[in-house]
Amino acid sequence: MKFGVVVFPGSNCDMDCFHVVKNVLRQPVKYIWHKETTLDGVDCVIIPGGFSYGDYLRCGAIARFSPLMNAVVDFAKAGGLVIGICNGFQILLESGLLPGAMLRNTNLHFICKYVYVKTENSKTAFTNLCKKNQVLKIPIAHNEGNYFIDQEGLRMLERNRQIVFRYCNQTGLVDKKFNPNGALANIAGITNRGGNVLGMMPHPERSSEGQLGSADGFLLFHSIKKWLENK
Amino acid sequence: MLQAKIDITLRKTVADPQGLTIKHALESLGYQNLADVRMGKLVTIKLDTGDKQAAEADIKEMCQKLLANPIIEDYSFTISEE
Amino acid sequence: MVKPNVYRSLGLNDEEYTKILGILGREPTPTELAMFSVEWSEHCGYPRSRNWLKLLPKKGKYETLIGEDSGGIIVDGLAIVFKMESHNHPSQVEPKQGAATGVGGIIRDIFTAGARPIASLDSLRFGPLSEPYNRYLLRGVVDGIQFYGNCLGVPTVGGEIYFDESYNGNCLVNAMSIGVAKKENLARARAKGVGNSIMYVGSSTGKDGIGGCSVLASHEFKEGEEKRPTVQIGDPFTEKCLIEATLEALATGHVVGIKDMGAAGLTCSSSEMASAGNVGIDLELERVPRREANMEAWEVMMSESQERMLVCVKKGKEKEIERIFQKWDLNAVVIGKVTKDGLVRVKDKGKVVAQIKARALTEAPIYDMPYQKPDYLDEINKLDLNKIPEPKDCNDVLLKLLAAPSLANKAWVYQQYDHMVQTNTVVLPGSDAAVLRLKGTKKAVAATTDCNSRYCFLNPYRGAQIAVAEAARNLVCSGAQPAAVTDCLNFGNPEKPDRFWQFKNCVEGITAACKFFNIPVVSGNVSFYNESPKGSINPTPTIGMIGIVEDVSKVITQYFKQKGEIIILLGISRGELGGSEYLRQIQHQVKGDCPDLDLRLEQAVQQAALKAITKGLVSSSHDCSEGGLAVALAECCISNKENLIGALIDDLPRPSVEAKALNYSTRKDALLFGESQSRIILSCPKKHVFVIKDIAAKLKVPFQAIGKTGGQSLKILDGKKTLINLPLEKMAQKWTNSLQSLITA
Repeated sequence: MKFGVVVFPGSNCDMDCFHVVKNVLRQPVKYIWHKETTLDGVDCVIIPGGFSYGDYLRCGAIARFSPLMNAVVDFAKAGGLVIGICNGFQILLESGLLPGAMLRNTNLHFICKYVYVKTENSKTAFTNLCKKNQVLKIPIAHNEGNYFIDQEGLRMLERNRQIVFRYCNQTGLVDKKFNPNGALANIAGITNRGGNVLGMMPHPERSSEGQLGSADGFLLFHSIKKWLENK
Repeated sequence: MLQAKIDITLRKTVADPQGLTIKHALESLGYQNLADVRMGKLVTIKLDTGDKQAAEADIKEMCQKLLANPIIEDYSFTISEE
Repeated sequence: MVKPNVYRSLGLNDEEYTKILGILGREPTPTELAMFSVEWSEHCGYPRSRNWLKLLPKKGKYETLIGEDSGGIIVDGLAIVFKMESHNHPSQVEPKQGAATGVGGIIRDIFTAGARPIASLDSLRFGPLSEPYNRYLLRGVVDGIQFYGNCLGVPTVGGEIYFDESYNGNCLVNAMSIGVAKKENLARARAKGVGNSIMYVGSSTGKDGIGGCSVLASHEFKEGEEKRPTVQIGDPFTEKCLIEATLEALATGHVVGIKDMGAAGLTCSSSEMASAGNVGIDLELERVPRREANMEAWEVMMSESQERMLVCVKKGKEKEIERIFQKWDLNAVVIGKVTKDGLVRVKDKGKVVAQIKARALTEAPIYDMPYQKPDYLDEINKLDLNKIPEPKDCNDVLLKLLAAPSLANKAWVYQQYDHMVQTNTVVLPGSDAAVLRLKGTKKAVAATTDCNSRYCFLNPYRGAQIAVAEAARNLVCSGAQPAAVTDCLNFGNPEKPDRFWQFKNCVEGITAACKFFNIPVVSGNVSFYNESPKGSINPTPTIGMIGIVEDVSKVITQYFKQKGEIIILLGISRGELGGSEYLRQIQHQVKGDCPDLDLRLEQAVQQAALKAITKGLVSSSHDCSEGGLAVALAECCISNKENLIGALIDDLPRPSVEAKALNYSTRKDALLFGESQSRIILSCPKKHVFVIKDIAAKLKVPFQAIGKTGGQSLKILDGKKTLINLPLEKMAQKWTNSLQSLITA
């Protein structure tokens, strides 16, 4: 199977994602420049973190108009796996592939630290190797991770089990106290209704090797590989 | 030449921590009768045309397409002669 | 005829002006006058410091690289390039943009050398946080660093933050960046090859920052001075694109040389590239991309607009280079060519507006500055401990020190910096040194910045030596071999002999220590005129040091790992209190001499610790510095907030026989909070104690097992008497929350 890492001007986690897929997951992977118009046979698209277009105007707002995003939308609509991490999540929200929007962190600061998230749905393409309710230690690094959606939208997310990760403590307790950025309902990651598009604020690529303090994030990459193998 | 001034603000239903922080700061400077402070963005666009009606339609489309995110933001604009 | 008030307002004196007349054989044009004024300013030409900087050693244990704008070392064919630079005055005026452009500038120095930036560190100094303006400065500077560094995707992994009255009215922002390249991919900042093209790449030119380096960096701050107009605005998004485009362009092999347009913009980059390559450069100013209409020629030559670079490209390859920059939506325009006459010739709309020998610009006059030991120093160096009451409650003292802003935990700051991007940060901020793995190898780079400026104020020579020794010790504590230094020398007005005496002594101190440790100074920066109406800053020779970890799996952190382990102290506790944080915070005095430093002992202690660490014998390792043994032990207990581990110290180190002979104090406050140098706290499993003792004995390093880990408190006993007994939670709370509550006060 083949992975594609999208590169926008200002992406800065593209090489990190590439590294994990190539050297840790040991799968073929290529960069896809945002001006391309086709995905050229990839099985999973990774939209990496960073500051696409400097996060000017709104995070992800300009990137969604890149030529490549049309191809990504078509790919997602046809059931292809797309994972957006951090700025990638913001781009997926702006492009309408995922519902909701991002606001500034409530403390108005960029926050870079390890957090714990609870796996609320371990049946997805991205989490099938996680145990039920497994707590993962994965770092966040963002200015705008304060997820927002209206009440009706939240009900839909919950009803369809689209909430995949919520911020929690080491033991899996989901509470406002452990919410780093003010995200509604402690939401750290969601999928679309079809379950083939995941957006998440924490960075699994930064926690895929024990040397860096946690390898919990690797479960996501490994899950994707397994899912694609069994497809 | 026309100039459009576009105001983009967070929707009333969305919490605005920046506005709140500014409100607290103003209050600590002694301004006590503040009901609400909201923070927004101002975009100015110069248009190389004299057709105000067409410009209005264009600006509206720009707001809907890119400049504002309708889930969290409201926008309003004025267009005037340069 | 140029009137004296004109050249004087540009910072040139009568003698310098006469020299310019001699060089040109005629009156200078306005553009030429402006060019001389910036190139001969302290910031670009180092006329007052160059003589002394020659002392610094350029060779050491690793192969060194000394480039035009940065330096580094070679390890296994890999070049590790690094440099530190000040952005003090711009930050004092506009903290967010000042700090942001400081970070942007230093990172450009790294990638124009052909290296991908892998990490930044920032050494920051402010006046006390009780002043609202200092809180504004700290918030603004941190905001600027996160705004710029986070967007670039270069992790900010370390640094230091100190608070001292001397920085009231003149904060220090010293930014350091580290990059990595294959040795063969390194680039030089020079023009070569007659007929080759000179290309301008990056952002367009505006009027921002005109005269910035000479005006801001070469004067003292006076009360109420309005200097905001000269501050530049940073655009990290453009810089991120520049990094990628530059590395892509260098990979083509068509780039002969490349240089950042930093201080003094086009003037500095063109004359220094010509001078370094021993050629001339012709420039045509009307081709320079501009953001503003109606710019005079001299303004274009002086502009300090950010995110621009000058590139010397092989003739015929311009289009290829242009395509790469255009892919990243960046300007890339041929604005001139390399000539053989050694002149920088600037044409504007066909008219020659400047024509000067490049060498004449880059070889600024050298001044022998007079220096004199300050009169006040002898008096300040006297410390009579008999006049200082011993504290009744040492618990209270320790809690106060843990909450002192210079010592308190800095998480509020570093959590705003992306310190993990690029996935190399093996040791995160909050330990003695940051450690970055080098992907594809077993090795890692450790980095730290250090300087206790209070020591340097009390004793510039030894204070500077201690800065070097402590930086090396921090690296050793992470498991790295100290390798090379970049220095950022921040001082007051060099025209005042007492300030220059501080400068001279600090440079000599660094030189002596670096030579002793066999560590070269590969790059650096001098920042003078750091004064406010209240006087000069403390002399602050900030030392940025990198070290090499041979096996990244042996890297170590400062906090205790588990209960039941033995705590070892290497080194001698002399019980010195002069210049200590304790004396400042608790006794409200800055007095005495700074701690003693025996370079031989320092080296032996470091060798012993490193040997124990690389053999895998040690669980934690922490340098003993500000706040002394008690603060260092507390940090070992509480710096891993997910796993606090207590300690019982039941064999408190006694002052050595030798120390007693020297009449050092044996007071308990001196034992707990004295800042004797060359001490490292280790923890290890019981079974390793004798092996480590053996290592220490072979290297003649004083060794003492002082206690063991475990429990829910830090308890320090003096015989039967309890000196310290504090619950971990209480210490952690003080230490963790102090800075944030002071900032948001």
